[in-house]
Amino acid sequence: METNNIVDMKNIHKSFGGVKALRGIDFHIGPNEVIGLLGDNGAGKSTLIKIISGVHSFDEGEMYIKGKKISPKRHTVRNAHKMGIETVFQEKALAEKQQLWRNIFLGRQMTNKLGFIKVREEIKETNKIMRELMKFRGIGAGADSYVRTLSGGERQGVAISRAMYFDSDLVILDEPTVGLSLQEVKKVLDFILAVKERGKSCVYISHSIADVYPVSDRFVAIDRGEMVCEYRREDISLEELNEKLIELTKAKVL
Amino acid sequence: MTRTKERTKQSFFFKYSSQFGLMIMMGLVLLAFIITSPNVFLKSGIYFSFLASVPTIGIMAMGLTFILGMGEIDLSFPSTMALSAFLFATVYRSTGNFFLAFLACIAAGILVGMTNGLIIAKIGVPSIVVTLGMQYLIRGLSNLLSDGLAIVVRLRGTLSHQILVGRFYNIPHQALWYLGITIFLFFLLYRHKFGEHVLFVGDNQEAARMMGVNVVWVKIGAFSLMGALAAMAGMFDLYRMGTWWPTMGDGYLMMIMAAVFVGGTSMFGGQATIFGTFLGAFMIGTLEAGIVAAGLKGFWTRFITGLLIISAVIIHTLLRKRK
Repeated sequence: METNNIVDMKNIHKSFGGVKALRGIDFHIGPNEVIGLLGDNGAGKSTLIKIISGVHSFDEGEMYIKGKKISPKRHTVRNAHKMGIETVFQEKALAEKQQLWRNIFLGRQMTNKLGFIKVREEIKETNKIMRELMKFRGIGAGADSYVRTLSGGERQGVAISRAMYFDSDLVILDEPTVGLSLQEVKKVLDFILAVKERGKSCVYISHSIADVYPVSDRFVAIDRGEMVCEYRREDISLEELNEKLIELTKAKVL
Repeated sequence: MTRTKERTKQSFFFKYSSQFGLMIMMGLVLLAFIITSPNVFLKSGIYFSFLASVPTIGIMAMGLTFILGMGEIDLSFPSTMALSAFLFATVYRSTGNFFLAFLACIAAGILVGMTNGLIIAKIGVPSIVVTLGMQYLIRGLSNLLSDGLAIVVRLRGTLSHQILVGRFYNIPHQALWYLGITIFLFFLLYRHKFGEHVLFVGDNQEAARMMGVNVVWVKIGAFSLMGALAAMAGMFDLYRMGTWWPTMGDGYLMMIMAAVFVGGTSMFGGQATIFGTFLGAFMIGTLEAGIVAAGLKGFWTRFITGLLIISAVIIHTLLRKRK
């Protein structure tokens, strides 16, 4: 398929047991685009991004990544990594009892031919990432720190920096601002802007649109497994967008 | 700024406080033994005999360290040990070929472990249930195959006997093998992709999966490793005794779990200590002999073992909380 888009999805269906999570979603992610995925709990946002990141497979429909057709059974997390897609999952992003450097390189360790990890190099790179990408200064965390000693914002920063370090073409963020302080939210927004500046794309799920409205290019709302509306940021103000979403939830209640 | 201090203060002693605590505890136990029976514990004989018997426990405890670090449990390894040793004994007796016997023995261990891993990871049955069933199944199998009879194998005097359980300046070879296996497993756990994946799966399975770790394969791998190590322990015991018993491995389960817990590996997964297990195996493996040698009745063994296990895990837990 001839396209500049990073991801193209056509008529994607997905069920879990008897429950239909997605019923024919058409969705695309353009180059250098920041997209906000909105919708109520259980609307299917998470399922959608988990299909792109290789955690779930899809039942029906077609998916293309950079124009290449994806077979649902073959698309694993590892495959997504190889194709330049990195996902940062809220809460589940890091393993707490492990050191920072192990968390950064998990799944893509620097190893010798026998699979033994080059610890020194991984630590060196982690220090570099912390200096240059995370801008962690003066907080005392080092490559050797255990993740449980980091704050929520720092963890989010680690996970996003990991995505940036591996030079992903698409960074997917699952609820990147939940439970963060104002200062930390700002840091996450800076990360998203940095991704955009590097010419890469970003998709995020969020309940608090106000936070992420300013850094987004496009909003896509999903309800009960279907795409219900789509706006470019220049076409809609934050107030209007909020109203639209409240309408959506109301319609569901009635 | 206070935070900076807190974080960088993790000195060497602080980082390994659990291990130091354990070493102090072992030192005290040893001191108690020396005081109560100096004529036994001030001579080298008893230590060489410990070096001959502890490796069996230690090798299996190493495997269990991986399993617990992964947040799982294995109850089937004593049976696996017996089945593997049975295969070694029968193949060796009929062919006289060490390599064939060794291959059959290890393959059986890996096969049992793989089956455990497959059922746990693929079907999703909790490991405690699967391995409980497997423990009966495998014990039953070796009983059926052997007809419940012991097998005497003439191993003494062979080259393999010399290599595996011979003596090097009085030091039993199995102690050297155990040390070698421990060092290898140390690097496997802390320096190899596989070990890192084991700990991540034990820490946060979902996170590991989402970061691209193949959780199913990691579990199958770790249980296979446990099986292979149980098979090896069975082979060492067979060489040491010269006889295979249908009840081989009975009584090891609780001892080995105790050794791993005393060593400082927690049940919650995500964290495991090879060095701790190495010490724990010596502590648990020498306690009974020490207590008896000290002139106490055998009945004291369990009481004192229990006391030590509970105090060790309390110390580990308190130290972990402080970190």
